[in-house]
Amino acid sequence: MDGVIGFFEQLGPNLEILTARMPQILDGIKVTLLATVLGGLLALVIAIVFGIAQVAKYTTVRIVARVFVEFFRGTSLVVQLFWLFFVLPQLPYPFGFRLEPLLVGIIALGLNYGAYGAEVVRGSIGSVPKGQYEAVSALSLSPVRGMFRVIIPQAWALMLPSLSNLWIQLLKGSAIVNTITLYDLFFRVEQMRDQTGTWFAYIFALLAYYLIAWLIVITMNALEVRAKHSIGRGPALKHSLRSLFQAPGSPAKGGVA
Amino acid sequence: MNDSWWSWDHAFAVFPVLMDGFRYTLLVTVVGTLIAVVLGLVVAIIRRISPPIIRGPVTWVVEFIRMTPLVVQLVFASMLLSQHLGGTLWVGIWVLGIHYTTYMAEVYRAGIDSVAKGQWEAATALSLPASRTWRAVVIPQAIRNTLPALGNYAISMFKETPFLVVIYVGEMVRQAQTYGGDTFRYTEAITLAGLVFLAASYPTSVLIRRLEKKLA
Repeated sequence: MDGVIGFFEQLGPNLEILTARMPQILDGIKVTLLATVLGGLLALVIAIVFGIAQVAKYTTVRIVARVFVEFFRGTSLVVQLFWLFFVLPQLPYPFGFRLEPLLVGIIALGLNYGAYGAEVVRGSIGSVPKGQYEAVSALSLSPVRGMFRVIIPQAWALMLPSLSNLWIQLLKGSAIVNTITLYDLFFRVEQMRDQTGTWFAYIFALLAYYLIAWLIVITMNALEVRAKHSIGRGPALKHSLRSLFQAPGSPAKGGVA
Repeated sequence: MNDSWWSWDHAFAVFPVLMDGFRYTLLVTVVGTLIAVVLGLVVAIIRRISPPIIRGPVTWVVEFIRMTPLVVQLVFASMLLSQHLGGTLWVGIWVLGIHYTTYMAEVYRAGIDSVAKGQWEAATALSLPASRTWRAVVIPQAIRNTLPALGNYAISMFKETPFLVVIYVGEMVRQAQTYGGDTFRYTEAITLAGLVFLAASYPTSVLIRRLEKKLA
């Protein structure tokens, strides 16, 4: 029954099975989206805090941020996920607590991709032309004000393409969370597999993830157009709707788990 | 819990088990990277020289693989192919290799684009055949700048090998998980696995950063 021919022969009945199972599938999509969006937001906060901390004036702050980033980049997402899920509850008081699996997923995804994001933030702040920093002191803006009003708006436009890629990587990485008993999209599709056969179930899963990935791409492209427009380097969003559908490049160097 | 949170007995017991799995981790990384290095170049060249009717579908497939989860691809492929490829280990190697092929193809494309136009014109002026133009002129120049990216992807593939737990390949993290399940002691196994990853990937990434500076 399986195989490419079987896929088309069984397409009608399989679509009916899919419709019947839609409530569970939607539950799974909800979990995947929660992990992706909340994990992504946590990653963004970590990326900004540790990205800026890496260019801070105080050596101690820089070193702490550097160690944090290298640690969470270097130890692999799956290990971090398993550590929070299996090891954390076994630690002695006050650490021996069990987190909700969804929270474990969000924290692990946020820490891991946040550490990669911190590199992106650091790099973009470094790529803002030196003249802009000189302009900040020429206008005698305070360093903090200059950072938030001059440097970061420009760095933001530079970092968005890489952050977009990282967010897609995070979505892709979220498919591992069913190993810590989370019923995400992938888990729900595997439940469906017995009824529909391999081809239908996985092609559906891949297409569903692909669509979610495109939602991320379009959102981030819109943010990028806006960011560029707000610093006077491009048309307004309503004049460049086509650029929303531009496919992303490959993840920035090393920008994968 | 009355026993201490870290037991050196468990640590010493699990370490050889982890190292046993580490051999697979390395095998997957090395062969997977080789696949990505070779196929990535092939895909980049196809996308450059083929007519639009081929280029369109190839581009779409590459993008589709790149934007969908490795985990789903792994399980899908292992359902279909594990008998034909001689076990899930080889399914894992090929799926990782092909997933990273789509990243490497982009890297090569940028490399090929960065070869100066005059180089192509010179090859035409010398009436070199197309195959020689690629082999002797374009590829050697294109590849030089791709080395740091290649290294970075090799490291990230290394750190993504634990995704192979979903198809039960006995790499290091799978071994740690099994040991934890058998003994109800996860602490040493998973902590050590993480430290091994850190110890192997950090020095390598420092070396690549140096290479990057040297080439720049």
